[in-house]
Amino acid sequence: MTLLAVERIKLFSTRSPYWCTALAIAMSVGFAALLAANADHVGVGLTQAGTRLALVVVLVLGALAVTTEYRFSTIRATFLAVPGRTSALVAKTVVVALVAGVIGEIAAFGSWAIAKVIKPSADLAINTSAEWRTVAGVGLTFAIGAILAIAVGILVRQTAGAVAILLVWSMLAENLVGLIPKVGVKIQAWLPFMNSDNFLAGDSPAGADGEAAGGVVFKLSHWGSLGYFAGIAVALLVVALVVAKRRDA
Amino acid sequence: MIEAIGLTKRYGRTVAVDDLSFTVQPGRVTGFLGPNGAGKSTTMRMILGLDRPTAGRVLIDGKPYTELHRPLRTVGALLDAKWVHPNRSARAHLKWLAVSNGLPAKRVDAVLEAVGLTQVASKKAGGFSLGMSQRLGIAAALLGDPRVLLFDEPVNGLDPEGILWIRTFMQNLAAEGRTVLVSSHLLSEMALTASELVVIGKGKLISQGSTSEFIDRSTGNSVLVRSPQLFKLGPLLVDKGFTVRDGADGALSVSGATSDQIGDIAAANGVVLHELSPQRGSLEEAFMQLTGDAVEYHAEIGK
Repeated sequence: MTLLAVERIKLFSTRSPYWCTALAIAMSVGFAALLAANADHVGVGLTQAGTRLALVVVLVLGALAVTTEYRFSTIRATFLAVPGRTSALVAKTVVVALVAGVIGEIAAFGSWAIAKVIKPSADLAINTSAEWRTVAGVGLTFAIGAILAIAVGILVRQTAGAVAILLVWSMLAENLVGLIPKVGVKIQAWLPFMNSDNFLAGDSPAGADGEAAGGVVFKLSHWGSLGYFAGIAVALLVVALVVAKRRDA
Repeated sequence: MIEAIGLTKRYGRTVAVDDLSFTVQPGRVTGFLGPNGAGKSTTMRMILGLDRPTAGRVLIDGKPYTELHRPLRTVGALLDAKWVHPNRSARAHLKWLAVSNGLPAKRVDAVLEAVGLTQVASKKAGGFSLGMSQRLGIAAALLGDPRVLLFDEPVNGLDPEGILWIRTFMQNLAAEGRTVLVSSHLLSEMALTASELVVIGKGKLISQGSTSEFIDRSTGNSVLVRSPQLFKLGPLLVDKGFTVRDGADGALSVSGATSDQIGDIAAANGVVLHELSPQRGSLEEAFMQLTGDAVEYHAEIGK
């Protein structure tokens, strides 16, 4: 608990988390407002389109939480105060993941609410469990994304490198894999951010085969995809923790 | 007490610290002296568990740093005054440190007061001058009221007032019975601050002992003797086994003897003395002589 308090003080006594939070929420809510105002048919799923952008901002927040510590060597001050490096870094991960989760929920429900205000006539009631998953699940993917971003931050240590890796990976690389003939889409079914998107995707009208737009056939259920995404993030974090423990600070 | 035993650190084929053993006793300021690149900072990082030794170990009051419970209560360290987030206030910086080691919030105010930063406690640390940053670093080191303190080049870049303040501060800490280790590459600074010296060069131990001993030994103590009866005094000194050389202006330069001994001999033999003055080589010269082979990056001194 002490270490959680320490990381909370550290996170909220600098400015970048506030900026990232404001930006993430503004982007998803703003995007939802634009879509609601201009789209002919607005559904629950559409209101969440902007949260995918907000996720990227949260990834940056997670990476920064670690890389700025390396940049200003406060990570050394941290390891002096808490020589058990693993517990210090796990505490940081928990705090940042919780913050990311809260940002995700605010972004998701904020986006949904703004759409409802702009298009009161549209059917935006959250009724089915799939609709609940699409909206309330955003916070879960943000929290897991933050874990992954922290792992990358610990491994890379430099802000520019870590942020570049996370941006290219989440925005570009996984989509480009689909361009590989034949096997591309099969590989995509096992990529972490693809699975995160699959978790948030609504139940496809086609039925039980789980085929989503873009031709990716996921082998996992929605919740299975979330578990897979979490598994990858935690595995990467474990690697990062082992490296951090062995490395000279 | 700090105890280094066979401490070694290799980076690939470069040996930064080579089989270094020394002890630092409580109750006095111990200087950790060596030229730039001698391995002082690496050694300090190993003492604090930040870097892993390739071989050997270092104990603080009998335990490795990483096994200390709430280490800030035992060891305070200032390795680099810039280890602060520039957008975080001085108070917030000290606050998270205090919370991490279960220290009461009033300790934060106490150490801010002790280093004279109370006025600027809520200002961002990024805007601090070097002297203020150094004070903040010292405040962080003092936070847990530790028995052992480490300072790495604390006076680097400070103005004379700041240097004097830090020097007095460290001596007061040692006088309270704490173990204080201060690194520096300046012997003249260490001569004023430290009563004990651990001298290293190229990662190897050159000497450990009291500062005055080190200075005496390394500067050589010759005595300049001027007298109208040198023809009589010279052979007497040679008989006693001292080395006598002709100095400037017809004076004699005697090494191996103290001025007391020479004065006694002169009096016993009725020799009139016009001058009897101990000569000291500069501390820098002595230091160069001792560590000359152990400087990592040589520069030819222009002739």
